[in-house]
This record gives sequence, structure tokens and C-alpha cells, in this order.
Amino acid sequence: MPVSPSDTRGTVHDLAVIGAGPAGLAAAVTAAELGLTVALLDAAPRPGGQFYRQPAPGLGAARPRALHHSWGAFTRRAARLAAQRAAGRVHHLAEHHVWAVTRATADPEHWTVHAVTGPDGAHGPAPELTARHVLLATGAYERQLPFPGWTLPGVVGAAGAQAMLKAGLVLPGRRIVVAGSGPLLLAVAGSLAAAGARVPVVAEAGDYGAYARSPRALAAQPRKLVEAAGHAATLARHGVRLRSRSAVTAVHGTDRVEAVTLTRLDHDWRPLPGTGVRIPCDALAVGHGLVPQLEPATGLGCATRRTPDGGHALVVDGRQRTTVGGIWAAGETCGVAGAELAFIEGELAARSIAGRGPVGALRRRRDRLRRFALAMAAVHAPRPGWSDWLRTDTEVCRCEEVTAGRIQDAVTGLGARDGRTVKLLTRAGMGWCQGRMCGTAVTHLAGDPAPAPTRRPLACPIVLDHLADG
Amino acid sequence: MPTRNGHHLDTSDVVIVGAGAVGAACAYYAARSGLSVTVVDRGAVAGGTTGAGEGNLLVSDKEPGPELDLALLSARLWRELAAALPPEIEYETKGGLVVAGDEPGLAALRTLSEAQTAAGVASTCLPADRLRDAEPHLAPGLAGGVLYPQDAQVQPALAAAYLLRASGARLHLGAEVTAVLRGPGGAVRGVRTPRGDLLAPAVVNATGTWAGELAALAGVTVPVLPRRGFVLVTEPLPRVVRRKVYAADYVADVASDSAALQTSAVVEGTPAGPVLIGASRERVGFDRTLSVEVIRRLAARAAALFPVLAGVRVMRAYQGFRPYLPDHLPAIGPDPRAPGLLHACGHEGAGIGLAPATGQLIAAALTATPAPLDAAPFRPDRFVERSPA
Repeated sequence: MPVSPSDTRGTVHDLAVIGAGPAGLAAAVTAAELGLTVALLDAAPRPGGQFYRQPAPGLGAARPRALHHSWGAFTRRAARLAAQRAAGRVHHLAEHHVWAVTRATADPEHWTVHAVTGPDGAHGPAPELTARHVLLATGAYERQLPFPGWTLPGVVGAAGAQAMLKAGLVLPGRRIVVAGSGPLLLAVAGSLAAAGARVPVVAEAGDYGAYARSPRALAAQPRKLVEAAGHAATLARHGVRLRSRSAVTAVHGTDRVEAVTLTRLDHDWRPLPGTGVRIPCDALAVGHGLVPQLEPATGLGCATRRTPDGGHALVVDGRQRTTVGGIWAAGETCGVAGAELAFIEGELAARSIAGRGPVGALRRRRDRLRRFALAMAAVHAPRPGWSDWLRTDTEVCRCEEVTAGRIQDAVTGLGARDGRTVKLLTRAGMGWCQGRMCGTAVTHLAGDPAPAPTRRPLACPIVLDHLADG
Repeated sequence: MPTRNGHHLDTSDVVIVGAGAVGAACAYYAARSGLSVTVVDRGAVAGGTTGAGEGNLLVSDKEPGPELDLALLSARLWRELAAALPPEIEYETKGGLVVAGDEPGLAALRTLSEAQTAAGVASTCLPADRLRDAEPHLAPGLAGGVLYPQDAQVQPALAAAYLLRASGARLHLGAEVTAVLRGPGGAVRGVRTPRGDLLAPAVVNATGTWAGELAALAGVTVPVLPRRGFVLVTEPLPRVVRRKVYAADYVADVASDSAALQTSAVVEGTPAGPVLIGASRERVGFDRTLSVEVIRRLAARAAALFPVLAGVRVMRAYQGFRPYLPDHLPAIGPDPRAPGLLHACGHEGAGIGLAPATGQLIAAALTATPAPLDAAPFRPDRFVERSPA
């Protein structure tokens, strides 16, 4: 049983960890074992984050591990978490949606974490929680690039398809094309195929050959190579074709997906004329890597850096400290690099906060994995020619139904130069997802050479009365 | 002397620095006066305070005096502009409703509206039992209110963008002004940007909250400072709030000299569906960190005024920095300390509303034609610098 939220009232925790994925989980157990009192807040009912998403208990899945890598790394830490909870050193606050972190009014050296509870925040405000340190382990969300037909039913996010599989054990279709870019595609295709779907092709827009051109970062990570080889073997076993420098440039169908057009790309991801091939399928799982989740960090004033794939990640030092004293970060929010690094950074942050234990070895492993992630991000970074896939009537912002043509007009006719002005002039990014879905595309179409990270002072929607009460 | 960065980029009759609503209106009226106009901005159109406001065109919140005169002229000009510009600017003559919670508040409100009437403001007093005819979802128990039919609204970023486009001005966006160029006699002759020099015998400072920095480049002081405000934006709703509705204490907050946090309920619907909730005022410099205290108060006050909003989701919050001057009046007109430099800045929270009249005043000054109203109260050099003891 999670400790009742009322137990946290009036106490000052040494550490509040936001996010119970690999980074947050590792940080919470390490910090608690080093004697700190920890509050672990997470939106989901169970720890594990997006990566270690599990089927609901009612589904009776016999072997959830079959869909996960490094399942043991997770279960070992989950067991340590249970022990620390039982010992009263970790308050695990599940189904807590953190909407802001601010300096505590009573003591500016402390931090107040503001959250609402229950599914979608329906249970109202949680009591304000105070902590000396806050660790942001808020993870990442999937990057999407629009193309004609991407709003048809049957088109799902690649990470979303895997999450569906992990959480609900359902497939988005029977014959599923997997497309986009990034290392996740291979894992997704492997999971879908292993779960019984036919995957005719995986289309990677990037150039796998580019890996061979950054051999040092790769050679330093034999484990990653083994992992990739494992995916490749799974795909080969299921007869999945792997096409590099190719993209789904259109989806066909009336009520739902019936086929996709797969097109060869040049180095800048421009479609090569005459190379389109129609592939029948009933679902498309598509994604272009992950984007660090920067809320509530940007609201706190934490500095960010550009990542090689054109996004933003938090700046942290050798101990996982952000540029705001007392605020720490670990895992994907510092740059997308996978669960293994997230575990390491979580542990490194906890040791740094506690001021205990050797950190040199952890830091060296961290730096190696970061270098690998940077090389990988560069290989899969969206190239500017992707927008040649668009037609003027292609919806870019699905929430507000804003087409590529309208965004183009705002830029050429009305003086928009960045994502923010496009939003003001077209409403693109003002809807339910607050631009998480269309942000990359809008920024690119705005032609902003040095975009700033989007500011979202409220990390999630919140009922007016819950804001007023909290 | 041309320098490496100083090659000549273009020449016009006037360079306007700032592509917000005020800069756009100055460009529009200057161009209509027959001048060739160049507009330069370090960012995009509507990138500063214009893009961070609700787009209010209000007469109701102003006490009789020069600012109200400017607002009344602007209200008339916005009606003309709405006919000339495309409907995308979302001009709505929705009217404002100011409500009072108790009898003393209502009495003060009536006194104000009577004084405003003498200055040309139309209004109707509503007793408590008629408030809900005007706004069906208002909370019960209010003492009464005053309806102001001249209050209107535009979508500020779109209004600025279309106004600028209609002006036909040459646009240099993403070009930061790094110097104000002066001639041998000290007269202003243009501005320098990293892309080149923009030459003109007149330069208009329409840089809003950042106007002090541009003035400093010309060697003069304009004491504009930021006054921060937050706005909450709800999920899209059917039209539950018809007008701009605000509590009577808002008028006092607007005129206040206090640096401390002030919040009053200001609630309005928009054509796109979301309800906008303001208004807070605090002087905290350009601090962009979230103040939970501010948004809590805004949420509580809005829910008290419109109980129907209590269960609605707030999608986002944003903040802006109103450019204020010590006497809460804008600086509009030529600066005698720097011949050729004109200011159109310091409109605090009323820049969208006051933009057209400001543009007309600037155009009149540029063409040496009679001004539509007395510009003396807005003289940019009215803030006498304290002489060293």
C-alpha cells in the first residue's frame, strides 16, 4: 500500500523524486539506503515508468518480462523500493501528477512540490510536499513528424504501440509497418512480431551506415552492440525487412489504414522521386525518437542545452546537479539515452545528494553511455528535408487542426519566426497536448535556427478549483 | 562611417523599432500619411508583450484624464481598423461588465462611471437582479455592476500581424538594433543591425518593456520597467462568459503604485473557446519563474466570480511583462534630447487598446501635421532626472 499522502504533511523530506521510471527508482532506493528520507512521486499506479510499464494485475500476464530488456535490473530495484517503503524511508506517492515545483515560502532553501492525485488528477490536490532537494526524473515522450494521412485511425506512435503491448497486451493491428527513426524502432518491431503481428518492414529514415563512421563511441559500448544484434536476430527470425534511409511518406485508407507509401530518402531526408512503393497493412507504428520532458524544470529556471537531434535537454554537472541549486536531474530529461544510463544517473544523483559513497566509477560509465547516446542521436536526428513529405492540407497540429499551409502562411505572410509566434498566429500547439505532438514540426516549419525550449509553466492541465484549493 | 557591419541595408522616411501592436499601428498610420516605413525587431512579430496579453480594448478601467482620451480615440479607430482588416483579428465589441461585491464598492463604481460619462464613455448601471441577464453564470450575491458597451477585444498577435501587413512597411525580423546612428549635429539618422544599417531621418522607439534599452542606445533615459502579469487559459468551452467581466477593485489595481502583488478577477471568453483568467500585477523584474501564489489567487477569484468555472481544466498559464512608466502614462512623441528620435512606449497593460491613437500621434509628429489630441501629457522627457546633490 502506498503510504497515505497525509503522512507527508508537515514533514520536510530530504529528497523529493519526481518520476518513478529507471532514473527516479534508482535514485529513490539509493538515497533511502544512504539514510535520506525520500518522497517518490509518479503519475502511474506502479513504479517502472514508460520503460518498465507493466500489465494491469487483472490481465493476468504470466511473463511480463518477455517484453522487457534488463527486467532483472528493474525487479531488483523494485524489491529494494518495497523494503525502503516498509522501513518508512520512502513515501511512494503513486498517481501523483506534479504540476509545479516552487521555492517554499517558509524557507527559500526548501522546495514545495505541487501535485494533483488520482487518474487524470480527478481526486484533487495532494497536500503540498516540502523537500530539501528535488530530483527531476521526468523522462521523455515520443517525437512525431507529420505526413499525409498520419491522423487516420490505425496510425499509432511506435513507443505508444510498445506501451500498449506492455500495459494491455494488445496489438494495434495484424500487419503493422514500423517506421520513423531511432533505435526504439527495432525494439518495437521485435516486440510486435514476437507478440504475433506480421511486420512486413521497418523503415528507418536515418542511415545505419553512419554508425560505422563513429566507431569510437560504439566500440566503447559492446553491450549496446549485443543488444542491437539481439534485435536484429529477432527481426530476422520473424522475416522482418529492415530498410534504412526510407520513410512512410503517405498513409492510405478511408476509415482506417489500408496501406502506406514507403519512399527512399536522400541524405537530407528528401523523398527520391519515383521510389515510392505501396505496402498493404492495417496499422502503422511510427515515431522519431524521444524528446526529454522538461516540465517542471523550465518553470524553475533550469538551463537547457541543444541536443544533436535538435531538441533540448537539461544541463547537469558531473554530479547531476542542474543550474538551480537544490534541483537535480537524471535520466532522459538530461538527454535521451535509455534505461541503463538512467539507472546510473539516478544512483549518481542520490549519492551526490547524500554526499556519500564513491561516484568516480559511476561517472565514468555515465560519460561513456552519454557519448554513445550523442553519437546515436546524431545518426537519427531528423534532417530538414522531411518537410517535403507534407502537403499544404496535411494537419500538423492535430489538437487544433492546423495545416502545414496555414503555418506556412503565418511564416511567409505574417512575420512568424519561431514556434511561439506560429502558435500565437495559428493556435498550433495550444490544444490538449500543449504542443508535445507538433512542437518539433512547428519549430522546423517556422524556420527558427536556434529555437528555445517551449515554456509550459503548468506541467499538466489542472482543474481550476484544484489550483485554488491546493 | 560604414564599418564591417555597417553596410547600408535600406533607406526610408522612418524606422520603427518593435513589431508589436504599437509598432504595427505606428507603421500603419505613418504609411497612410505617405511616408516610407521600415520596421525592425530582434524577434518575430508580436514577440514581446503583445503576444502575452488578452487583447483588451478598454475604456471602462480608466479614470478621466489623458489616458482615457487616448483610449476613446483608439476605440473609434479600432472600429475603423476592424472594417479594414480581415476578420482573423477577432475584433469583438463584446462590452465590459464591472461588478461590485458590496454596496460601498458599487457606490464607488457608480461615481467613477458618472465621471467617465462626462468624458464620453457610454455605460449602463445594472442592479443586482439584472446582472444575470447580462452574464447568466455570474455568482449570486453581487451588489451590482456597470456595463460598458465600448469595451472590445482583438486577438492581439493576429491584430498586430495583420496591421503590420496592411501598412506595407518593409520588415526586418530577427535583427537586433545594436546602435542608434547619429549625424554630425547629433540628429538621429537610423539604426544599426548585424545585417546592416537602416537609414532614416526618424526612428520610433516602440520596443515596449525594453524601451529603456533602446533609449539608452540613443543616449537618453526613458524609465520603463516591467510589471509582471499571469494569465490562466482554460480548456475550450461553449460561451459561458459573454463579456469581459471584472471586479471593481481591478481599476484600483491598475492605477496602483505598489510594487507588491495585486490580483483581481478578470474573466473573459474568446471566439476560439478558452476562457482567459487574469489579472495580476507585480514588480519582480523579468523573473520568469512560476509563482504558484499568483495563479492560486487568480483561480480562486475567477471561481468566486463564475462558480461554473470551478470544475473546468486550466490548460496552461503564461506571463507577460507590461511596460510601465512612473505615472502610468505612455511616452508618445519626439524626444527633444535626441532630435529625430520618437518614443511610442510605456503603455503598461493597455498597449493593444491604445495602439491606434498612439500611431496617429506619431504619424502627426512625423509629418508635422496637427495631432488628433493634446500629446503634451505623454511627453517622453517629462521624467526629470534627479540632479546630483
